[in-house]
Amino acid sequence: MTQPLLEVEDLHVEFRTRDGVAKVLNGVSYQVSAGETLAVLGESGSGKSVTAQTIMGILDMPPAFITKGTIKFRGEDLLTKSADDRREVRGEGIAMIFQDALSALNPVFTVGFQIEEQLKVRRGMSKADARKRAVELLDQVKIPNAKGRISDYPHQFSGGMRQRAMIAMSLALDPELLIADEPTTALDVTVQAQIMDLLAEIQKERDMGMILITHDLGVVADVADRISVMYAGRIVEHADVYELFRAPGHPYTESLLESLPRLDQKGQELKTIKGLPPSLTNIPPGCPFNPRCPRAFDRCVSEVPAVHNLGMGRTSRCHIAEEVVARG
Amino acid sequence: MGRYVLRRLLQLIPVFLGTTFLIYALVWAIPQDPFAGKCGQRPCDPAYIAEMSQKLNLNDPLLIQYFKYLGNLLVGDFGTTFNGVSVGEQIATSWPITLKMGIIALIIEAIIGITAGILTGLRKQGFLDNLVLVSTLFLISLPVFVTGFVLRLYLGPQGFDIMDTSVSSDPTIGELILPGFVLGSLSMAYVARLTRTSIVENRRADYVRTAIAKGQPQTRVVGIHLLRNSLIPVITFLGTDLGSLMGGAIVTEGVFNINGIGGLIFRGIQEKEGVMVTGIVTLLVLVYLLASLLVDLLYAVLDPRIRYE
Repeated sequence: MTQPLLEVEDLHVEFRTRDGVAKVLNGVSYQVSAGETLAVLGESGSGKSVTAQTIMGILDMPPAFITKGTIKFRGEDLLTKSADDRREVRGEGIAMIFQDALSALNPVFTVGFQIEEQLKVRRGMSKADARKRAVELLDQVKIPNAKGRISDYPHQFSGGMRQRAMIAMSLALDPELLIADEPTTALDVTVQAQIMDLLAEIQKERDMGMILITHDLGVVADVADRISVMYAGRIVEHADVYELFRAPGHPYTESLLESLPRLDQKGQELKTIKGLPPSLTNIPPGCPFNPRCPRAFDRCVSEVPAVHNLGMGRTSRCHIAEEVVARG
Repeated sequence: MGRYVLRRLLQLIPVFLGTTFLIYALVWAIPQDPFAGKCGQRPCDPAYIAEMSQKLNLNDPLLIQYFKYLGNLLVGDFGTTFNGVSVGEQIATSWPITLKMGIIALIIEAIIGITAGILTGLRKQGFLDNLVLVSTLFLISLPVFVTGFVLRLYLGPQGFDIMDTSVSSDPTIGELILPGFVLGSLSMAYVARLTRTSIVENRRADYVRTAIAKGQPQTRVVGIHLLRNSLIPVITFLGTDLGSLMGGAIVTEGVFNINGIGGLIFRGIQEKEGVMVTGIVTLLVLVYLLASLLVDLLYAVLDPRIRYE
């Protein structure tokens, strides 16, 4: 088997604030290979974005501290690299697109400038070449009349177009891995589908690895190959997308799937997961999901569940993982 | 944009008329004999009074006087003082000196203020940050004439003899650096604080994070992405400040004995030379109005989200 493009191993990150230490990541591990899409699923505050920012090296440190773990990109640990070497990886090795393209793009520079900047500064291209390449990139993300719109400012684009421009910018240096942090959350539903299609298409074309961070199960089902479900700074379940939807291996995933609105349940009350995610400054002992878990028993409060291997690369952090899967 | 500029220029007319009329009225409508003390110890010669009253249109109602004055002004005639000196010529010799000093002040406050603001904004709560906060507070609380006298005394030959603090009648740029610093010191403190606040606000902005995620070098992240956004309010402040610096020059010019506009207006007020005072203040009003127009236009250039229709 070829080496994965990115291997995150037992990553621990904490935020030291005046109100105490928030343990945001408590041993996150996942891998992405070239040509593969990994979806990272979880509620707000589960640590999915923090993991991505740690991989990118754009976390504000302090208050954040990486206390343990490795992030290997093409076999080399990024965390031991110098700041300059890490900067080289950003954009060229790993690129990232953000949730709200309006605030993520610089309002006072044209879209063209922001794409060309990458080509000029990082690749040493001439102004004319950079402009030509930027138009090509905008064409690739299907912005109509790319040549005419390249001198527009971000606010002159519609929401979907802005996200396309953002994608074009992230592709400028032909990254091997693209991290998409909730790329469609700020968009309306029809545009969401277009952007997801575009991402899937580009990923296939370029044989890129992709990490798709989302809290939307529907989005995941369409484009992801594998899914990592996060809860309270841990991966609680990791599975092939088909397997996960067929039979979830963790009660949290199970509850998530049950809370999806379904057409055949029209008229019935929507199922929700009771309670709130735990405060990260005060994570409950044992399994962090135990206060909300419908299957919780004594052991869940006293003992942190180990990673259960369910076969075919499938894992779950639940004491009764085998039982949960079997019931699905 | 063109229509906006035109509209703004048209707006200048009523503002200009209003302010200049106010000044004219304040100077000439005072219930006092304008000739008191004008001819030494003796009362003025009736023939002289008649001639000057005729010349200054003092026998007309105030409004007519004002419009006659304005008419002369529009053809470039600032009038003459009571002893027959041309106000226009006086302004022409002192104006460049004040303008030079104002621009020097502006450059000094921009360079020092913005640099201090950036350094402290990027490293909040460090030693430098506290140093700048305390020193700007100090500058803001000190009146300009105190700063001026202290610097002049201590840097000059009577003090530590670091530099020649005297200013000749036709000053060179070098001579105007210290007065320029004094003139700009107050605004410099404001610029430093404004820049600092703006940097602190913007450095956590999403687009800064994007620039870092793009792998742009730190110098570009700060120097291009962060600074371009953070300087919008600062440049606006600097623009309007050029107008205020001209007015603020009165004190600084007094301290350093500079023959600029400030000295002229000061003497004009002391000697009750109405023609001189109205002439200069009108000019200052004009500079202020044009500077604020320029700032508004500059704003649209700096921030493309602003559209003038």
